[in-house]
Amino acid sequence: MVNSNTKKIPSAGPDTDFEVRSLDSMCINESELVHPWWYNFKYALVGLLFGVVFIKAEIVSWYRMQEMFRFESFHMYGVIGTAVMIGALSVFLIKKLKIRTIYGESVNFHGKSYNKGQIYGGLMFGFGWAMTGACPGPLFAQIGTGVMATGVPLLSAIAGTWVYGYFRERLPH
Amino acid sequence: MAELLKHPWHWSIAGILIGLIVPALLLIGNKHFGISSSLRHICAACLPARIPFFHYDWKREIWNFFFVGGILLGAILATVFLKNPAPIEVAPTLARDLAGYGVTHIDGLVPTDLFSFESLFTLRGFLLMVIGGFLVGFGTRYAGGCTSGHAIMGLSNLQWPSLVATISFMVGGFLMTNLLLPYILQL
Repeated sequence: MVNSNTKKIPSAGPDTDFEVRSLDSMCINESELVHPWWYNFKYALVGLLFGVVFIKAEIVSWYRMQEMFRFESFHMYGVIGTAVMIGALSVFLIKKLKIRTIYGESVNFHGKSYNKGQIYGGLMFGFGWAMTGACPGPLFAQIGTGVMATGVPLLSAIAGTWVYGYFRERLPH
Repeated sequence: MAELLKHPWHWSIAGILIGLIVPALLLIGNKHFGISSSLRHICAACLPARIPFFHYDWKREIWNFFFVGGILLGAILATVFLKNPAPIEVAPTLARDLAGYGVTHIDGLVPTDLFSFESLFTLRGFLLMVIGGFLVGFGTRYAGGCTSGHAIMGLSNLQWPSLVATISFMVGGFLMTNLLLPYILQL
């Protein structure tokens, strides 16, 4: 069940499948439960809060990213550092106290395994992050600020993901 | 209260709220915080071609579309109803350097001197918007996650490969901003 998506990939045998599970969060978000589609609105609500924070804390600001990479402001370091601390504390408590989901399922955690893509891809991501002032979340949120041209980086990012998928098996991992 | 919300929020407030998204998604549906996967699901849904990487049941991951849809909607609502009436504050050294490149209209979170449909047809605008976006999309999938999946979710779960990815993100950002971007902005 957990890995059912990737098992269907015909050519993704043990040799060519570069740790699909660890590379991609898509296959590890597997709940065993099946809900009506409109249950998904709860994720939209969490996303909505996230979008508001993105704007109000200026995380989607091109200027804040420049200041971060030029060491001119502590702001983004504070945001990411605090988020990691709260996230880590939450994960620790969920594991320690064996907290279950609201539907009574136990929470699944899956490790990420190392491959060279985290360095090569990570560097490319960093280049793009500094140029557009946006990582994938802000790519969506920047459009919300009313600058419609920021839809271009989003479409380009989708194209980039597609091209990665096309060349994936020929890239060093 | 409304006035307080309109001011730019402090990093600690933002950090706490974003950190809380991790347990929120885990507890409401066993979902791991991550955004860049949505880009892959869009490819899988719209143009899977014959690429094995895009052949999977993307409909099972539809929660991710609701999540990013919520982000877009939240951004619109915050821009419309909670707009900061004061000018955007920018570090003086950054504002000075940007002015040297003709980027002087600081009237929103994104510099419209650089990001506009007109500048799309200049080399500078093309590099920043098209190539920049491409690198984000290609790089995030190659790295197996983005700032949310690796830097926040991965580090929260104490995964050292996520630390490698996060450091690579930052190194890439430093190199681009301090070494290459000055040349690109001159164009």
